[in-house]
Amino acid sequence: MYPEDFKYTREHEWVKVEGDVGVVGITFYAQQALGDIVYVDLPKVGTRVEQGKPLGSVESVKAVSDIYAPVSGEVIEVNEALVEKPELLNRDPHGAAWLAKIRLNSPEELNNLLDAAQYQALVAEES
Amino acid sequence: MTGKARSHIVQDEPLVFEISAPGKRGCQLPPLDVPAVDAAEVLGAANVRREIEGFPELSEVEVVRHFTRLSTWNYAIDLGMYPLGSCTMKYNPRANEAAASVEGLLWAHPYQPEETVQGCLEIMARLERALAEITGMDAVSLQPAAGAHGELSGILLIRALLASRGNPRRKILIPDSAHGTNPATAAIAGYEVENIRSNERGMIDIEAFPSLVTEDVAALMITNPNTLGVFEVNIARIAEILHSKGALLYMDGANMNALVGITRPGDAGVDVLHLNLHKTFSTPHGGGGPGSGPVAVKKELEPFLPKPRLKQVNGQWRWDYDRPQSIGRVRAFYGNFGVLVRALAYIMACGPEGLRAATVDAVLNSNYVRKKLEPYYDLPHKEPSMHECVFSDRRQARHGVRTMDIAKRLIDYGFHPYTVAFPLIVPGALMIEPTESESLRELDLFIEAMIAIAREAEENPELVRTAPHTTRTSRVDEVTAARKPILRWRPER
Repeated sequence: MYPEDFKYTREHEWVKVEGDVGVVGITFYAQQALGDIVYVDLPKVGTRVEQGKPLGSVESVKAVSDIYAPVSGEVIEVNEALVEKPELLNRDPHGAAWLAKIRLNSPEELNNLLDAAQYQALVAEES
Repeated sequence: MTGKARSHIVQDEPLVFEISAPGKRGCQLPPLDVPAVDAAEVLGAANVRREIEGFPELSEVEVVRHFTRLSTWNYAIDLGMYPLGSCTMKYNPRANEAAASVEGLLWAHPYQPEETVQGCLEIMARLERALAEITGMDAVSLQPAAGAHGELSGILLIRALLASRGNPRRKILIPDSAHGTNPATAAIAGYEVENIRSNERGMIDIEAFPSLVTEDVAALMITNPNTLGVFEVNIARIAEILHSKGALLYMDGANMNALVGITRPGDAGVDVLHLNLHKTFSTPHGGGGPGSGPVAVKKELEPFLPKPRLKQVNGQWRWDYDRPQSIGRVRAFYGNFGVLVRALAYIMACGPEGLRAATVDAVLNSNYVRKKLEPYYDLPHKEPSMHECVFSDRRQARHGVRTMDIAKRLIDYGFHPYTVAFPLIVPGALMIEPTESESLRELDLFIEAMIAIAREAEENPELVRTAPHTTRTSRVDEVTAARKPILRWRPER
């Protein structure tokens, strides 16, 4: 369920590191807890984000929830497809529905995140 | 089906535009007995509109039937219990309406000279005093038009005070059990928001709290009791910690109906709080309001309150505009006056003993519901409940039945749903607030319905998942409605 090559936050975001770029999204558990997602607020390209601080937000039929940046750095690309099709976040949260690509400025922050097994355990505890 | 609901004819009804026919009128005017004036000539042709496109034309009886039929599609506090947690849907006593319908109040105009509306001003002054006494605060502004507006006014007051001391500071702390509008308020007032995680008791972790209150922190916004219906027992200590670091304590008073007559936020060290008159003080929520969200403050914040302020000069009430430190007006005129009259009527009709009894009954009713439903629904937080209780759908989820399904099924049993999926810190939340208005009989009908649904969730989950079944419209597609909203009706061309 949760890819081994991702790192996870306790707030249910994931990051997959490719070179000095982190691809960021929300987890399967997050989309399931949120329910049908109807709107995604993405950051602007060029925004500097900080680990643990809001990166954007998602709105479901239940609530609006902040998405926290799993890593610090500069947003270099956002997934525009989500603007028209927020439902992708429910269908393919770990793949097609990535939210943003961030150029990492402190890769050592990845050590603050959970690996797949630790995240799996967190989800088991919460559900 | 048990208890309350039976099937009942509900007539279908098109939109008022669709039943319009050209030339129909609601009334006939008598023949003109004064010389006719050509409006185009007097006002200029450009200022005269002969036709309003698409304006519906109907007879009086058609209009009356149209709205009466629509009203039968509705659910209201006058029909039964409305257990919408956090919203405090208490009964609106008719005495409030009688007071607000007194001619002199009904027809008073905000531009009337002060000496002709002394009664109106006296009502506002008395309400300010009553609210200050009830909350233990020093001064009250009645201007804000609703709860979130009161919050914003309150945080702007905090910003103004801190700015006058030299630094408005940067951050507002907000627990994850606070009302959802609090972070929006802080952001609009120009503050960064830092969320605080609740501990396993659903409260602020008092051990960890001091380290969060840095020099950057302007205030903590606390909802007490919080959205779990739990009283923050450390509130006085929290206030001390904030004050020792030059920060302030804001209290969201939306749940004040659990405290009135029992304890006063001002005595616990709260610096600013807002009240929702349409919750705690029984003014109507119906028809979208209007609401009223007075903001109450301690003495040091008084100079910053919205202007004008009431002032008595030689026994006469006057508006005082000479308030150099005021944050300015937050609302046209003096707030939603009709609502203020109703709130004062409620306070005076209840008296101190009555207000206290309402609080005690609200807490009793919520605990009765909690106790009776605990064998059937998961109760994630076991701390004592105040005016509302929060269950989770954990047990029913095993059968594929979620909180939204249970809420929809409750409609079939003749009740308005509880609050669904809030607070967010409880996954699959069922948030139930019966208020003091409900009799034992109505509470038992509600409990009976909830227990019946718990049984259905096990024995026939599909029945619950596809509810409601007895309404004129079954479950609507909320997802498509939110993703592709159609915001207005358009005539077919």
